[in-house]
Amino acid sequence: MEWLLALAIGVLVAGGVWLCLREHVFPVLLGLTLVSYAVNLFLLASGRLTLGSAPLVDVAQAEYPDPLPQALVLTAIVIGFAMTAFLVALALQVVRQEGVEHVDGAAGEQADAASPERDGADGAGR
Amino acid sequence: MTASFADLAGLPWAAHWPVVPVLLPLLFGTLLVLLSRASLAVQRTVGGLAMLVHLGVASALVALAEAGPPLAYAVGDWAAPFGIFLVIDRLSAWMLLVTALVALPAWAYACAGEDRGGPWFHALFQFQLLGIHGAFATGDLFNLFVFFEILLIASYALLLHGANAARARAAVHVVVLNLVGSALFLLAVGCIYAAVGTLNLADLAVKAPAITPEDAGLLQTGAFLLLIVFALKAAALPLGFWLPPAYAAAPAACAALFAVLTKVGVYSILRVYTLVFPSFEPGPEGPSGLVLPLGLATLALGAIGALAADRLRPLAGHLVLVSIGTLLVAVGTFREAGYAAAVYYVAHSTFAGAALFLVADLVARQRRTLGDRLDAGEPVRQPALLAALFAGGTIAIVGLPPLSGFVGKLAVLQATSPDAERVWVLLLVGTLLTVVVVARAASALFWRTGDRPTEGKPASRLASAAAAGCVALLVALTLAAGPAFDYANATARQLLDRSAYVEAVFTVPSLSAPVGGAPHLAEAAAVAERGFAPTEPPAPAAASSTASPAAEGER
Repeated sequence: MEWLLALAIGVLVAGGVWLCLREHVFPVLLGLTLVSYAVNLFLLASGRLTLGSAPLVDVAQAEYPDPLPQALVLTAIVIGFAMTAFLVALALQVVRQEGVEHVDGAAGEQADAASPERDGADGAGR
Repeated sequence: MTASFADLAGLPWAAHWPVVPVLLPLLFGTLLVLLSRASLAVQRTVGGLAMLVHLGVASALVALAEAGPPLAYAVGDWAAPFGIFLVIDRLSAWMLLVTALVALPAWAYACAGEDRGGPWFHALFQFQLLGIHGAFATGDLFNLFVFFEILLIASYALLLHGANAARARAAVHVVVLNLVGSALFLLAVGCIYAAVGTLNLADLAVKAPAITPEDAGLLQTGAFLLLIVFALKAAALPLGFWLPPAYAAAPAACAALFAVLTKVGVYSILRVYTLVFPSFEPGPEGPSGLVLPLGLATLALGAIGALAADRLRPLAGHLVLVSIGTLLVAVGTFREAGYAAAVYYVAHSTFAGAALFLVADLVARQRRTLGDRLDAGEPVRQPALLAALFAGGTIAIVGLPPLSGFVGKLAVLQATSPDAERVWVLLLVGTLLTVVVVARAASALFWRTGDRPTEGKPASRLASAAAAGCVALLVALTLAAGPAFDYANATARQLLDRSAYVEAVFTVPSLSAPVGGAPHLAEAAAVAERGFAPTEPPAPAAASSTASPAAEGER
């Protein structure tokens, strides 16, 4: 159980960070979403992992999950969702205004086009 | 002031004071959302009323904080450590007062025209204040995160207000950076909760020093992650490159208010690393040891960036970076004198930053062709007024006598005298560089103006008054340096006296009569004694209100 969760968090963060470092807004946005999934899983794990019982306070029961991280995760999901939605709307506005979705706007697009050692695979991320 | 507010603590609803600065902006903001179709005059009246009320509440809270121990408030009347706490101590009250004082001229400047950019400006301004007030008032780490998010989303919207391409581009960078920052904040919260089992700052202050060695690594990881987040908010190097372009693109009134936002990061460093993590002695091994070098690096970067700036607004942004660096140097000493200097300097730096952004906007508007570019050749329409305001703002921010920057920088120099050989050189060289930069800018803007007549329109009376108001705040802070330093010294002593903060939270009186012996609390206390974590049960401090101060005393 632990290794599965750790692996999931690690893979999500690795993929998210890689996407965040891309030059266009949309991959960056996907990367941030992946990172926020990983963070939510991490928060859930901060209350220790317990299998097969509900996260409800029950003094009679010997072992049950800590409900507080679950409340934190719910709040984090809501906030993360709102922030991502805001970024999507903002990115669309930039694309409408400048016609490009480079994170630095039209100037960044031109700088990339001008640089001779541009990696050919970069376009694939769009 | 104390005399007129002496009766506040005796009022029947006096226990509710700490929640007032959070509730009022929420109520006014909601009201202004409902009024978004009303005329601008109505919105301005309600907004202005709100700003005056905030100022009154902040003054009352300063008087209350001055009169006694920290005021704690249990939201929903859940006893410590379960509930969410708001705590107003001297530092929080001071930050609230600084916010209210700088928000008033910023808001007035917006009323001179910038609030026409969209129907939501006045509501967003209140929500921005809600986030700031909440961050200053909260006594809970997760709530600090939530209030950070509130102030951030309001700041994104204000940054984009009256949108143009430069604003949208700057906003993309700011939003992406802060989303990464939020992820790191949550990771830090997760680490700290996993290690200690609580997020209440007072409870953390009790439990963090008693942590077992196997959990200490996790806690320290959380402490380092938190420093990254707070440094990002405070725009400290290497996470401060977003500030100059973003603030330069923002509407001037919003940039002036944003002068407080970076101080939220500095405040958080001061709060968390004095209350929760003082067991990590300042040194290379703990996160608090990084604050001083980071401050020096930020100062150097700001000075170099100011030398390279070719426009007035980014120049103002870099000067703000210099003042944040100075502030972090003061905080980074982690000594009483450093805290006191930081408390004074935080007010000065906020007022000076706001004044600079407002003056820069006035200059840019009056130079029809050159705008805020630092090229000679076009005069402003009102050279005497703007030059005087520019001189006031810049003399203050670079730290020349006679204004508050000099007093503040002197206090910082005194506080860092044990590290003089490495700190003073950078502080003083930074001052020299910024003086050169500012003198060069002034000569281009106001002196070598050529014979060309200006085509710009004179500033409206309200806009000039708002900018003059910021400079007047700096003058007032200089004149009142004595009382301000008395308050700052007492604040520094209170920051070092962690047991008072903990005691205030754990002995907060219940506001409602317990119904049937409050079964939910009894059950919760039983859970706390047994503990969720299989490794280590939390300290038994949770259940009774008197146990924790006692535990604090033992250490």
